[in-house]
Amino acid sequence: MAWETVIGLEVHVELSTKSKIFCSCTTEFGGEPNTHVCPVCSGLPGVLPTLNKSVVEFAVKTGLAANCEITRYNKFDRKNYFYPDLPKAYQVSQLYLPICRNGHIDIEVNGVKKAIGIHEIHMEEDAGKLVHDPWPDSTLVDYNRCGVPLLEIVSEPDFRNGDEVIAYLEKLRDTLIYLGVSDCKMQEGSMRADVNLSVRPVGQTEMGTRTEMKNINSFKAISRAIVYESKRQIEQIEMGKRVIQETRRWDENKDATYAMRSKENAQDYRYFPEPDLLPIEISEEWIEKAKAEMPELADAKRVRYVKELGLSEYDAKVLTAEHDLAILFEEASAICNEPKEVCNLIIGELMRLITEAQTSADKISVSPEKTARIITLTVEGKINRNAEKEVFEAVFKEDVDPDEYIKEKGLMMLNDDSLVSDTIDEVIKNNPKSIEDYKGGKQKAFGFLVGQTMRALKGKANPQSVNKILKEKLDKL
Amino acid sequence: MDFYDKTALETGALIKSGKISSPEVTKAYIEKIKSADKEINSFVTVLEEDALKQAEEVQAKIDKGELNSPLAGVPVAIKDNICTKDILTTCSSKMLYNFKPPYNACVVEKLKAQGAVIVGKTNLDEFAMGGSTETSYYGVTKNPFNTNRVSGGSSGGSAAAVAAGLVPYALGSDTGGSIRQPCSFCGVSGIKPTYGGVSRYGLVAFASSLDQIGPIGKDIKDCAEILKAVSGHDERDSTSIKDFSYDFSESFGGDLKGMKIGVPTNYFGEGLDSEVRAAVLTACVKLKELGAEVIEFEMPIVDYAIPAYYIIACAEASSNLSRYDGIKYGYRSEKGESLLDVFFNSRSEGFGMEVKRRIMLGSFVLSSGYFDAYYKKGLQVRGLIKKSFNEAFEKCDMILSPVAPTTAYRIGENVSDPLKMYLGDIYTVSVNLAGIPAVSLPCGFDSDGLPIGMQLIGQSFSEAKLVKAGYAYQQATEYHKKTFEAMKGGRF
Repeated sequence: MAWETVIGLEVHVELSTKSKIFCSCTTEFGGEPNTHVCPVCSGLPGVLPTLNKSVVEFAVKTGLAANCEITRYNKFDRKNYFYPDLPKAYQVSQLYLPICRNGHIDIEVNGVKKAIGIHEIHMEEDAGKLVHDPWPDSTLVDYNRCGVPLLEIVSEPDFRNGDEVIAYLEKLRDTLIYLGVSDCKMQEGSMRADVNLSVRPVGQTEMGTRTEMKNINSFKAISRAIVYESKRQIEQIEMGKRVIQETRRWDENKDATYAMRSKENAQDYRYFPEPDLLPIEISEEWIEKAKAEMPELADAKRVRYVKELGLSEYDAKVLTAEHDLAILFEEASAICNEPKEVCNLIIGELMRLITEAQTSADKISVSPEKTARIITLTVEGKINRNAEKEVFEAVFKEDVDPDEYIKEKGLMMLNDDSLVSDTIDEVIKNNPKSIEDYKGGKQKAFGFLVGQTMRALKGKANPQSVNKILKEKLDKL
Repeated sequence: MDFYDKTALETGALIKSGKISSPEVTKAYIEKIKSADKEINSFVTVLEEDALKQAEEVQAKIDKGELNSPLAGVPVAIKDNICTKDILTTCSSKMLYNFKPPYNACVVEKLKAQGAVIVGKTNLDEFAMGGSTETSYYGVTKNPFNTNRVSGGSSGGSAAAVAAGLVPYALGSDTGGSIRQPCSFCGVSGIKPTYGGVSRYGLVAFASSLDQIGPIGKDIKDCAEILKAVSGHDERDSTSIKDFSYDFSESFGGDLKGMKIGVPTNYFGEGLDSEVRAAVLTACVKLKELGAEVIEFEMPIVDYAIPAYYIIACAEASSNLSRYDGIKYGYRSEKGESLLDVFFNSRSEGFGMEVKRRIMLGSFVLSSGYFDAYYKKGLQVRGLIKKSFNEAFEKCDMILSPVAPTTAYRIGENVSDPLKMYLGDIYTVSVNLAGIPAVSLPCGFDSDGLPIGMQLIGQSFSEAKLVKAGYAYQQATEYHKKTFEAMKGGRF
């Protein structure tokens, strides 16, 4: 029998607002345990939440980017459950009236386009973290992450395979980074995906029983978990067993999922409207303002780079795949007005340097000003291509000043025509055989003489002026 | 100098005039608490040294002319569910027997800024759940008029302390009558402000959509002044109202001509003690004499207020009290091996019966399958009650009603019958559900010599009007003064 896999995703992203969702504590990752906390986020008796407006702004922007309807009158609810990492024993979230609904994100897999439905996006607060390691027989709680704002982006069950899931996650990640609402670092937990998966015979419209996979911390692992879990479910059914609705954990080391808890005795979260916060009313003007402030997203940039800046499809795709590269490209191009040159330097040199240094585009500190300066010097013929690469590498590695570096290393081209002229005279004097050959019509000899001149000038002369002066002198002979 | 019969404002004026000093007043009150409170048990914590230190600091500021507030230097007691920095805040629960908040509630900050001297924290029903202060982990607070009787609740400690002359005024909190009913039982005055009038920041939550902090004092003028001092927008409480401040400048003086007072006849029907009915109706006559016009109507929806109140209050409480899990602060059971044991045992041992009953009730009405039948219906009734009050206030300026169906009952009389206890809240809870203000004023005594209280209910932010009526009434009557006469002569 042929089987079809049906997948829906719940993606949690931590928002990169400066402060937490209900207090003024920093959202910064890391920090000594329990240093980014206050009475509000640690849930002391008597404290009250106050909503950070930026969280709403970020949610609206995300909703607009995901083509959602913005819920003009939305509310927070309490989700009640006991766990030591949840200091109030309830999570403030949105159940009844989430801020965004009914959107879609468009993906492309192997040239085929598909719209993935977005069921809803809601705002909520993150929980703390349990630390099991330091002492045996004890578990400690770190509340630093408590109250860091989250968006939960819930897709419709529109995926049929892992490739679609990965394309969606990459698109979502790029979009959120372009919007500046999250850094989406899976390894730091600022982007987390729960995968709901079921299988059914091809042609059946009814859904199979689904499992939910949590704790998958890379795109690669998500792909593998999907392959494993569909196979497991198909095997279960083919063996005459049924799939149990449960939460399963992906074990990276064993390359397998295992059951965590059955949904059949699932917790009752006793949701009810949060009485400590007022409903959020979003006006038309607010949405218009958010629309006006929406940055250009990757797809739009890609089209513009090709159409307006004359880049190739391939180059435009490479540049926009990383927000930081696209920004460097745009800012440097704006300064030197040489987009193709900037593109070549980024794709040819910068990406090689990033790979060699085993770092990533978001961690480098190459300024657009310095990049533009190097390109201007090259285009104006002040330095040659080799010098361009050398200076750029020095900027990448040591953040040197390009002009000073060129001066120090003597990379500047010679603009002194009299020195060129003198050198050519010397070359002509020392190579009578070649002069004869040239006179006899051997073009090769001209190239040889240019080479001799350049060597004598240590490559720093402008080849055009060497050509010109040499030709004039030879013609006069 | 005897100043126990002086109001807070009179005491403040004496301090300001230099006739007495804040340390003298504070010391005298603390001495009185130390001797009398053995019997009354209105305090959970008495701040002896700290209060004297505060008084000296405040006095120094008064002497330098840096403090000009009418309450500067005057001692105050704070209900023990209001957070005081580095000072025990127990909510009269074993669960928080050792909890010292690292911050002050907004109202405490405001009082301190005006030179109030905090002498202690007063007893309450555990987490403010109850109407008699009998559910306190620290023992019942007795009624100063008769120590076999309850002081009411949940702000029983604050009301009894003011009535017994142990402190000139106190702060309480009112979720379903917790300021008004003990005021009625102890013969003192109190205000349950409009929801949003006073910041809840630092008030340990019982039912967030109903809780309000308010004053308890010897007369309504004190209460108005205290309310003014603790109210105002606080950005830490999203539900506190913006751009509003109380103005009582028109409240103290004048008759009640043109004022319409509504009397819902169904408030005076079955279940109301006949002596209470007589006293409140006599007060109605007095208000008429003062110039008010009295109109009668029915408010039948109020019959549904008690079930709606207990559903909503318990639902919110079940969530608000979940944080007491033995992990971070407060009581933790020694027993048990697993995480679940810590949760179960700490909560089982840390909470008293009434709190557990309400947590169970609240968890039930929120659980899946019951939410629509109970919680949602409760919210619908709440909407109807609000509507009904709005309609009433189109006809009248305020509503007169009893505070409680009886005077202070015997200690232990109702404690094993929760339903009877809940029915005692019949006249008060609808005010909280509607979010509107009400004042509680002494209006007589029963044949056992126990105080009777009446309630004036107004529309949102009409406190100035309620205070005006209350002030005119107290100018024309002596009931509020009788309490202090009764306590004179060193009864305690």
